[in-house]
Amino acid sequence: MAPQPPLLTMSGITKSFPGVRALDGVDLEVQAGEVHCLLGQNGAGKSTLIKVLAGAHQPDGGEITWQGGPVSLGSPIAAMRLGIATIYQELDLIEGLSVAENVFLGHEPTSAGFVVRGSTARTATAELLRRLGHSEIDPARLVGDLSAAQQQIVSMARALSHEVRLIVMDEPSAALDPEEVDNLFRIVSDLTAAGVAVVYISHRLEEIRRIGDRVTVLKEGRSVAGGLPAESTPTHEVVALMTGRNVQYVFPERPETGFAAERDPVLRVEGLTRRGEFAPVDLELRPGEIVGLAGLVGSGRSEILETIYGARRPDGGRVLVDGAPLRPGSVRAAVRAGIGLAPEERKAQGLLMLESVSSNVSVSTLSRFARAGWIDRRAERAAAHRAVRELSLRPDNPDAAIRTLSGGNQQKAVLARWLLRGCKVLLLDEPTRGVDIGARAELYAVIRRLADEGLAVLLVSSEVPEVLGLADRVLVLREGSVVHTADARELDEHRVLDLVMEGSPTP
Amino acid sequence: MTQPATAAHKEAPTSAAESAGDKESSRRPLGLRWDVRSLSLIGVLAVLVAVGGITAPDEFLATSNLQLVLTQASVIGVVTVGMTFVITSGGIDLSVGAIVALASVWATTVATQEFGFAGILFTAVIVGVGCGLVNGVLIAYGRMVPFIATLAMLASARGLALQITDGSTQIVTVESVLDLGARDAYILGIPPLVLIFAAVTVIGWLLLNHTTFGRRTVAVGGNAEAARLAGIDVRRQRLYLYLLSGLCCGIAAFMLIVLAGSGQNTNGNLYELDAIAAAIIGGTLLSGGRGTIIGSVLGVLVFTTITNIFALNNLETAVQQIAKGAIIVAAVLVQRRSLRGGDA
Repeated sequence: MAPQPPLLTMSGITKSFPGVRALDGVDLEVQAGEVHCLLGQNGAGKSTLIKVLAGAHQPDGGEITWQGGPVSLGSPIAAMRLGIATIYQELDLIEGLSVAENVFLGHEPTSAGFVVRGSTARTATAELLRRLGHSEIDPARLVGDLSAAQQQIVSMARALSHEVRLIVMDEPSAALDPEEVDNLFRIVSDLTAAGVAVVYISHRLEEIRRIGDRVTVLKEGRSVAGGLPAESTPTHEVVALMTGRNVQYVFPERPETGFAAERDPVLRVEGLTRRGEFAPVDLELRPGEIVGLAGLVGSGRSEILETIYGARRPDGGRVLVDGAPLRPGSVRAAVRAGIGLAPEERKAQGLLMLESVSSNVSVSTLSRFARAGWIDRRAERAAAHRAVRELSLRPDNPDAAIRTLSGGNQQKAVLARWLLRGCKVLLLDEPTRGVDIGARAELYAVIRRLADEGLAVLLVSSEVPEVLGLADRVLVLREGSVVHTADARELDEHRVLDLVMEGSPTP
Repeated sequence: MTQPATAAHKEAPTSAAESAGDKESSRRPLGLRWDVRSLSLIGVLAVLVAVGGITAPDEFLATSNLQLVLTQASVIGVVTVGMTFVITSGGIDLSVGAIVALASVWATTVATQEFGFAGILFTAVIVGVGCGLVNGVLIAYGRMVPFIATLAMLASARGLALQITDGSTQIVTVESVLDLGARDAYILGIPPLVLIFAAVTVIGWLLLNHTTFGRRTVAVGGNAEAARLAGIDVRRQRLYLYLLSGLCCGIAAFMLIVLAGSGQNTNGNLYELDAIAAAIIGGTLLSGGRGTIIGSVLGVLVFTTITNIFALNNLETAVQQIAKGAIIVAAVLVQRRSLRGGDA
């Protein structure tokens, strides 16, 4: 083969933030026309690396060459001029602007240098959306009115609106349904066929096998392996590189059957319904039992959880705890009856990000530590510490700032909050989202232990293996209706996916 | 069993997080939403005109009174246009009233008046822009919170204005400036100050809705980090926005000089509150990311008309203040209600 210089070479990249060495010597080499996958646990430095590549962070050290010549990516504009476009995981769109305005933000077609030619932008946007197979999205629509999947498409259209040579995609499939993922992969192959390089970040190893050419693995800010063949490298090798250990999904053992079945249900849901979201749902939850809800994004899983919790007002039906009906649509009533929720958006809905671990754990139990409104901080801290230690949260320090913790440990702080409160029913919405593989096993074990201690757990997860591995009983949801209920041991992933997809329209 | 999946759900499954925000995928174009808000304000204005016409039939609808209302609206209106940009970008400018005061007294000192019409106009504008520059540099490059930076400017600019005048009123002796406020300067019955206001409004509307500057203002207010990653120089944009607000204050100061024939350190008292209130009831989001010049102008007209009606009916200013407060609350509640209605 002719020795053609790689499109992009990064070598020895370092970057520190106050207190953290985010990148500690990363090498990355990307060829034109390839899909180069970036793997690594949360906190391995993937996000920092792509921000360096996008010109949003300046590296402290290391070299970047582009088509054989050294370059500096001093600003987002400098990176875009070279032809590097980035699709961020946290959707980086402006909700109050239209689709076309977002796509051309920062490089609007203009007359006289500053008057925006709106119709030109809309026409070009419509063309880009058609290329992406989504001509149904109206360029004049507000981005805030679009679904998450559609917003993802708009982000992609924005990346393609530049003269692009390299596209970075940060977990582009996270918000997408299977058919949308197929569409995404089609777009990726169109791009690479045209000679564009794609840097693809995903937690899903099977995706990487499907579309990846080569893999670079990051661990603790270092690249521990570069340019592995994506298809033929065995999973255990990749996982071993990422974790330094050889674990993936390890689920705790279930207790002897029949243990929970003898007890009276602590939570009973009767005909609970919300128009347009989910049809009447009945379910019973016994102490010591974990029940899973499986279904696609938009199947009503989270909505059911939030309605039980009182965060949404039901159109019909009721929720009973220990036989006593709850006031509908009241979170206070649910919490007082002993229901706890670990929400899907941990940072936005679950945690006080500027506070310490201790304040986060005690926030639902404050009155217990207060006398006439005055908080006994020592008692608060001690109780929080006990709860935190019980869940082996690291660091073992209730004064640590919550934002410095990893995703798994933040989730444990949320669980510790309900543990401290002494709740009877725990609703978990995507408990392992953003939690790396190594930490997942530990979180699973914690959840199982809580159940063994008599808690009833209702679990929602997009990852079918997680629901099947952790839950005792599974309810399968499709378009807001429970289509199947079974013992988790009687189901496998294919059967669940069949149930979930059955009758759903195929493109 | 009922069939719960709506059509919108089928074509576009929304994530749980999104439906938690109650955002339906119904089509709701940008223009329409603003029209609803503006229409409700036009309705309020119509009611006010009717009230004025009934309670003071002879005075209220007289040409001279309408000219007066519009003239009074002009000064605060120009300030509000600048404020609308700042609020749309997610900022706030508490110093507008103080800047108007400082610019009006600086432009009416004996020394300045020697340079005549051009000297007064130039000084007012430059002092406004200069104060805006200080605000902008502190906020954009000094990373100060807009609330604090402009609060500091409010205090210092007022103090400096007092120092310059020593509390006295500085009478304008330049004839050409005074002539601009006289009746025979009206063009087709429209006072020149109203024309200035109209021009500022049109330019502001074009700037916000049809230029890269306006687009970037909305982007910075909607999501500053996303704007930065899109290649926008967010800091420079912020600097420009406070410069723009300062410029509007300078123009307003000149208009006030024309109107009053003098410069006073008490000029522009509480303009910041009036301008913020007008922008908010007009439909600009205090949290940024959405702004409307037309709404702001309607907001100003509503407030000025109320003031006028109260004055014509010899009601106390105390009552008038209470009415203003009630209107702010009512307007925001009504808009919240109509928005939610659109969402459902």
